[in-house]
Amino acid sequence: MTEDKKYTKIQELTYELRVEDVMIKKVITVSPKETIYSLREVLRKNRISGTPVVEKGKLIGLISIEDFIKCLAEGEMYAIVAEKMINKVKVLFADEPLVHAVEKFDKYGFGRFPVINRGDGKLVGIITKGDIIKGILNKLVIDYHEEEIRRYRASHIFEDIVSDRTTLSFQYDIKSNDFDNAGESATKLKKTLRRLGIPPDIARRAAITAYEAEMNIVVFTDGGKLRASVRPDQILVEAVDSGPGIYDINQAMQPGFSTAPEWVRELGFGAGMGLLNIKNCADKMDIKSKIGKGTHLKAIIEINYET
Amino acid sequence: MTIKEVKEMLEAEVIIGSENLKREVKIGCAADLMSDILAFAKPGAILLTGLTNTQVVRTADVMDIKAICFVRGKRPDKKIVELARNNDMVILMTHLPMFESCGRLYKQGLLGVGYLDISKRDDRR
Repeated sequence: MTEDKKYTKIQELTYELRVEDVMIKKVITVSPKETIYSLREVLRKNRISGTPVVEKGKLIGLISIEDFIKCLAEGEMYAIVAEKMINKVKVLFADEPLVHAVEKFDKYGFGRFPVINRGDGKLVGIITKGDIIKGILNKLVIDYHEEEIRRYRASHIFEDIVSDRTTLSFQYDIKSNDFDNAGESATKLKKTLRRLGIPPDIARRAAITAYEAEMNIVVFTDGGKLRASVRPDQILVEAVDSGPGIYDINQAMQPGFSTAPEWVRELGFGAGMGLLNIKNCADKMDIKSKIGKGTHLKAIIEINYET
Repeated sequence: MTIKEVKEMLEAEVIIGSENLKREVKIGCAADLMSDILAFAKPGAILLTGLTNTQVVRTADVMDIKAICFVRGKRPDKKIVELARNNDMVILMTHLPMFESCGRLYKQGLLGVGYLDISKRDDRR
């Protein structure tokens, strides 16, 4: 990734949020016919330094404390707002992304922008730099909170458990020849791993390993067990059955070598890729098999939270 | 490419997931052999297959594939559809054959997984 493509979370939010999401909706306004003297009361009471001038719902100008000070200096306290206000007001539309507001504050150096509806030009709010900061902080808090809940659901389980060594173990029973349900254990395992907060690519590799092993048990054996032992640093996937055993493990590892019966191939499996695929997915793999006794497959997938 | 674009290009019917047609698919994978999908597919792909059994959905789930298009007019049965629904997938069905389906998508810029080395997979770092 090149430098200019990196966006900070804040920049991202300025694109995501709209002006209407952060603006103040309850706008204090003055009528053009009011005097500067009464404007003073409006500013003082509401502790604001400027306010839009509105006639029949439409924005017609903006008047600020600076204009008031000028009038004060020149002794024009009873002039009306319409004479002293700024007529050509820069505005923002309610549906503009916040980044436009940031740009306009930068460009004009104003303290506030009235916000109007794009359609009917009605004044719907007002926005200051402070509102932008508040809006972004609020959104960050919400996002952070959601992220926290999401992560906390289970992924902190290892931190919550007080022990010198923790291993969570999940076992699934696999029936022989039950093709309809074959693969169910692997998909259940994957969901469980994701709930534990295991990163997606690691959960996927563990699930592929489990799926291939599960298929082998369904197709070739009288049934067996799939076990996953999850530690903070690794997942151990084990598949255990009680026969018939693999005659030649090296040969079984060859791509395309398969002893699967025709019905299995018709169902889209038995291509002779299973064990090789397990080996490629796992960081470590070990198979022990005895003819007539059964097979014990162990595959370790290391957990790396960095990615 | 969005699933909606795929649907239009393949003149496909949406079986489930019509609310999720805006989803992007990054890559295409096509096979009737789920063993191959398990070995070579990539997350975020759309899976094209003429095989209709529950294993298709399970394989897709394991591979983080959220869109499946059944080709050759193969209509998935209720069990498959339910399983896919539970896994938040989009299912399409086209009457085009596999070759033509792949060809149309590829021509419009949806790429495949590229050159494969059967002894390796590269989704590990």
